Amino acid sequence: MDFSEINIPILIASLIVTSTPLILAALGELIAEKSGILNLGVEGMMIMGAVSGFIIGVETGSAFSGLIGSAVGGALLSSLFAFIVLVMKANQVASGLALTIFGLGIAALLGHPYTGIAPPKFQSFSIPFLEDIPGLGVMFFQHDFVVYFSLIAAIATWYFLKYSRKGLILRSIGENHDVAHSLGYKVMATRFISIIFGGALAGLGGGYLSLVRVPQWTEGMTAGAGWIALALVVFSGWHPFRLLLGAYIFGGITILQLNLQAIGININIALLSMAPYLATILALVIISTSRFQRNKGAPKCLGVSFVKVT
Amino acid sequence: MKILFKIITIISALMFANIGYSADMKVGFIYIGPPGDHGWNYQHDVGRKAVDKAFGGKVETVYQENVPESADAERVMTQMALSGADMIFATSFGYMDPVLNVAKKFPKVKFEHATGYKTADNVSTYSARFYEGRSVIGHVAGKMTKSNTIGYVASFPIPEVVRGINSAYIAAKKANPNVEFKVIWIFTWYDPAKEADAAKTLISQGADVIMQHVDSSAIMTVAEEAGVYAFGQASDMSEFGPNAHLTAIINGWAPYYVQRVKQAMDGTWKGGVQTFDGIGAGMVIIGKMSDKIPDDVKKEAMAIADGIASGNMHSFTGPINKQDGSPWLKAGETADIGTLLGMNFYVEGIQGDIPK
Repeated sequence: MDFSEINIPILIASLIVTSTPLILAALGELIAEKSGILNLGVEGMMIMGAVSGFIIGVETGSAFSGLIGSAVGGALLSSLFAFIVLVMKANQVASGLALTIFGLGIAALLGHPYTGIAPPKFQSFSIPFLEDIPGLGVMFFQHDFVVYFSLIAAIATWYFLKYSRKGLILRSIGENHDVAHSLGYKVMATRFISIIFGGALAGLGGGYLSLVRVPQWTEGMTAGAGWIALALVVFSGWHPFRLLLGAYIFGGITILQLNLQAIGININIALLSMAPYLATILALVIISTSRFQRNKGAPKCLGVSFVKVT
Repeated sequence: MKILFKIITIISALMFANIGYSADMKVGFIYIGPPGDHGWNYQHDVGRKAVDKAFGGKVETVYQENVPESADAERVMTQMALSGADMIFATSFGYMDPVLNVAKKFPKVKFEHATGYKTADNVSTYSARFYEGRSVIGHVAGKMTKSNTIGYVASFPIPEVVRGINSAYIAAKKANPNVEFKVIWIFTWYDPAKEADAAKTLISQGADVIMQHVDSSAIMTVAEEAGVYAFGQASDMSEFGPNAHLTAIINGWAPYYVQRVKQAMDGTWKGGVQTFDGIGAGMVIIGKMSDKIPDDVKKEAMAIADGIASGNMHSFTGPINKQDGSPWLKAGETADIGTLLGMNFYVEGIQGDIPK
């Protein structure tokens, strides 16, 4: 049992990498939910992004186009969901679950010829001068640009929702689509864009898995990450910064327990693996108490279909 | 609407046409993950295809992938039995109780359960002595490590996995007395991201050879990228890490599957049989050795494999103490099958505890 064997800078660096796909997928879902759409298909969109990103990455030989491809793949799949819930007015919960199953299946089909292939290498995006700081450099300044992008995306989402007029409209549609509609805001268009945005970010999260973090394509490789992203949105109380924090805590627990095990500490792994889910349940209990009721952040029209009354 | 009706008619006609086609026997397989994993499930599917090929049109095989080790497994097997399966291969440890429950309901259906230990009149079990293969790769690992640290990514703390760690450790220690094992349990058979994280953690703590008892090929990819060595699990995984791949333990289910289906067809199949075969019977195959392994190490490794196959050697030959220092095997004594099948302790020298 020798704690000095744990390489703290690498530990911090890997927890950031582990959390990045979750942050991306959860931010996308947060926007969709803020507009009143509950999309349980995050897992399906992630795996779709993972496979389409991988295919495009391999075919073009460029990891960057692969990432773009993963966002497009996720967005395409989410457009199917958008059609079903916005135009056909289907139940969002059932449609989202179906989207996950569909996504897992079609990804397996598309990816079949691509198992056992190495994707193009992804250049890490070291920040000059800062990367040379001992310790801190490895921790924060030698990542690939997707990691920085996820941070910027979180800040941008927060600013967009809180300070921009478009963000306010999006939130008002999520709170009460009938009122927003009567004020002349475009409920359908806004929700459509939110779903597509959510799909693109979930796809990017999946692409990050298959192109950078693992990096290979295997069937079912997201292994439940989409569901954790969904839980993170609730855990965060629909706030981008709490979402960031939640994702890092989750990634931190994952990486820390691996490190503790490797130095031979006897810890209750089952309990630790359970921790993020336990935290989600606790968070749900806390925010549903009356004190938090008023500002818990759940949109009032979440999961409700909008039917235009003429 | 008319078009929709037409489509439905065509689809149902096709479905009935399918039922009309009848084979002498229908054999079902259930897999814990996708057959595209290039690992555990892939090899079972290789076995299934061998059955298809061996009997031509006489045997029809069906399979269901991604079946969780829960009540779902019971549902899937019941469905298979109801739709006419005469024999079902359940290919993961956690299907044990579901198999017994379904077997009780369908006494005429023959069940084969991989790696379990409970049988019934119509349930037999089969498992491979993977630990024999681990003696071979453990030796290679002990010789190839420069940092004297071998990382081991393990799935669940069941006897099967513990046995593998012990066997690999004993062989590695014999090859290199300074060797040290670091074990990470990830409590899943198949999660590429988690497997990759565990491997990265082990590498960051100094391991330069990684062994695995989980199913995906993610660890091989990580090893290739980090410039360390790893071994193929269940299948040859060299395509995922041409430089990292030292050799592989390959699961050879095909001969067993063909033999058991044949027995079921000619009426000699028996329930309650517990098959436990190793390198000798071809159920465990040592893959191609990498050029990175020096010739003398290759020879030594193959000598171990041959010795085990012929029965002259045993992976667990005394003197061996348990982790707490208490004696287990006397000099020259080999482990009995009961202890092996229920193994729940580390041998002396391995650090850390087996999670409860």
